[in-house]
Amino acid sequence: MQHAKKDIISQLQKNILLWQGFAPPVADKAKGIGLGPIEEAFPNGIFPTGAIHEMLCPTPEQAAATGGLMAGLIAALMKPGGACLWISTSRKLFPPALMGFDVSPDRVIFIDVQRDKDVLWAMEEALKCEGLAAVIAETREISFAQSRRLQLAVENSKVTGFLLRNDPRKLGTTTCVARWQITPLPSEPEPGLPGVGWPRWRVELLRVRNGNPGSWKLEWADGRFEPVTEVNEELNVQERRIAG
Amino acid sequence: MNRRFVSLWFRHLTTDWLTLRRPELKDVPFVLVTPARGRVIITAANALAEAQGITAGMAAADAKAVIPDLQVIDDIPDQAARLLKALGEWCIRYSPLIAVDLPDGLLLEVTGCTHLWGTEKDYLKEIITRLISKGYDVRGAMADTIGAAWANAHYGRVKPIIAPGQQTNVLLNLPPAALRLDAIILDRLQKLGFYTIKSFVGLGRSVLRRRFGSDFLLRLDQALGTENEPLQLLRPAEPYTERLPCLEAIRTATGIEIAIKTLLEKLCHRLQGEGKGIRTAVLKGYRVDGQVIQAGIGTNRATHQVNHLFKLFELKISSIEPAMGIELFTLEAPKVEDAEPEQEILWSAESCGLENNSLAELLDRLANKVGANNIHRYLPQERYWPEQSIKPAPSLKDKPATVWRTDKPRPSLLLARPERIEVTAPLPDNPPMLFIYKGERHIIKRADDAERIEREWWLDEGPHRDYYVVEDEQGRRYWLFRSGHYLAEERPQWYLHGFFA
Repeated sequence: MQHAKKDIISQLQKNILLWQGFAPPVADKAKGIGLGPIEEAFPNGIFPTGAIHEMLCPTPEQAAATGGLMAGLIAALMKPGGACLWISTSRKLFPPALMGFDVSPDRVIFIDVQRDKDVLWAMEEALKCEGLAAVIAETREISFAQSRRLQLAVENSKVTGFLLRNDPRKLGTTTCVARWQITPLPSEPEPGLPGVGWPRWRVELLRVRNGNPGSWKLEWADGRFEPVTEVNEELNVQERRIAG
Repeated sequence: MNRRFVSLWFRHLTTDWLTLRRPELKDVPFVLVTPARGRVIITAANALAEAQGITAGMAAADAKAVIPDLQVIDDIPDQAARLLKALGEWCIRYSPLIAVDLPDGLLLEVTGCTHLWGTEKDYLKEIITRLISKGYDVRGAMADTIGAAWANAHYGRVKPIIAPGQQTNVLLNLPPAALRLDAIILDRLQKLGFYTIKSFVGLGRSVLRRRFGSDFLLRLDQALGTENEPLQLLRPAEPYTERLPCLEAIRTATGIEIAIKTLLEKLCHRLQGEGKGIRTAVLKGYRVDGQVIQAGIGTNRATHQVNHLFKLFELKISSIEPAMGIELFTLEAPKVEDAEPEQEILWSAESCGLENNSLAELLDRLANKVGANNIHRYLPQERYWPEQSIKPAPSLKDKPATVWRTDKPRPSLLLARPERIEVTAPLPDNPPMLFIYKGERHIIKRADDAERIEREWWLDEGPHRDYYVVEDEQGRRYWLFRSGHYLAEERPQWYLHGFFA
């Protein structure tokens, strides 16, 4: 009896996911996006593609860090040979930097518009275009209704969207599948070497729809994401002591 | 491709036609006359009459004196032009580009047509024999230029076809009249003793222009092929326009939508048949109050997809102000290109590369709203100066000519203008210990060695930059540079140029 109840509940939960636009993953696509333990925070343990992610970047430093993490994600999304759109009003992204995250910058199309309103319009249009790898839009504010429109667009087209909230004034509810915040962390160079090491961030999932928010340390090393665990860090410190 | 032209000369056009209409005139010398200045002047004479010395321009009374039993028939005005037009229409079977050459000829552009009849000789022979068998006395010639073909048809004695590039040699021995010149100029040439083209073609152009005018030189150049000669085509290529008159003035957005759709369907149907596609299109609405309003669209690649083009116009409908109503819509396609056949369906819809049609259509929609100059794609450029290491790609098809460099670190965000910072640096050529940016102190914990980037001295002068990747105590990573060397008299200026991930 108890067992059957559990089954029913899990079935219902799955149905809820389905109604909210989470299609169950296709078997061969369940490779993951390379985020390691962070993916466990999402429903079904899979990074949701075909959805909108919201990224908070209150400072330019965080925007740079977010750009890095996102470039890594786009690289995975663009693997099958897609293109990607980057919509913004005041673009600071330096295209050659994308190459450091395995994204060929010539496959990214930048659209510079005048007003925030146009950003959302352009994003909605772009999200309707089936087959695009990803659409990234930098916008300051977005209302619930506007995010709902974007959500409806991706539900049909299965395009992944990223909203970069540069210096947001107020954080309302949105339909976005996850709200991220990425903060740069001091890098750890190879033991015994001077200089700046691989980019390292604190990745915080402030809100995950039907998932578990959390905070992780992540490093981009040698062309892939590398989770930084306490054990690893401890090891590094010890090694440095030995080297020092 | 080498262009080829055929000139046809109907020597007895109107009289031949009359003989066809009235077979009893076949063996009778007759002339066509028209009254002019109180006299009756001959406008055309048939071959029999000409053989006895009757020519156009003589008075009918004089001709009667030469041949007492000469038949005199009233000419029908403009008959020659009508006949030539009809003959031209008939000749469209040989080439689509046909022009009437008044008063008695036709010009055909036959580039790329002759091989359908075998050789050029077979082709010309076919035209001439068909026309002669119909009863017209015709001479024809083929050459690289209209002028040379005309000259050879009228004055050539040797053979009707001038081989490609040989028109100069043939023309040299012809009389100046073969150049289609005015009677006055011909008279002057005659007086000066220029009996063949050979005798004056070598003279200086300025001399010839002074004596005979620039028209003369133009005719000469056109015959020799150094100047292009346009043909006034009998059936000009239709411009890509469609009209839609409305019974009742249109005032609603729905009405405009229907009008656009109807026009696009018509135009695209035609374009599809010709394998072409629209690059730009302009919709014009003629309003009841006499104003003309218009809306234009542009596409990234030639297309004849009604749905896509309609979507582009749909964005513009709100800017069309119908006021009292629109009576007439026209749709023009000023820029039309060959459309690539649709192959995309074969590829999977999974991945949408840059070649994908739906992406091009999306960009068209965006470009029509935000402006095409606001859409960028970048290609690498082999230059070190950071701001110049990328260049905008002119189209979606361009591939990077060089590889993207990854050997040096480049920041995720780059400021358009480097911002000044205050710096404390221990030693020249060492990374700074701390810097102040926007009033905040950043103590530098880690730093990479300098990367010196020199200015491109052949383009602009100024100090070089020594770039440092630095990380502060909170782990924020920056790209700083020092402009120029440390000098005794002045301290170098430091700037913040970018943020690393």
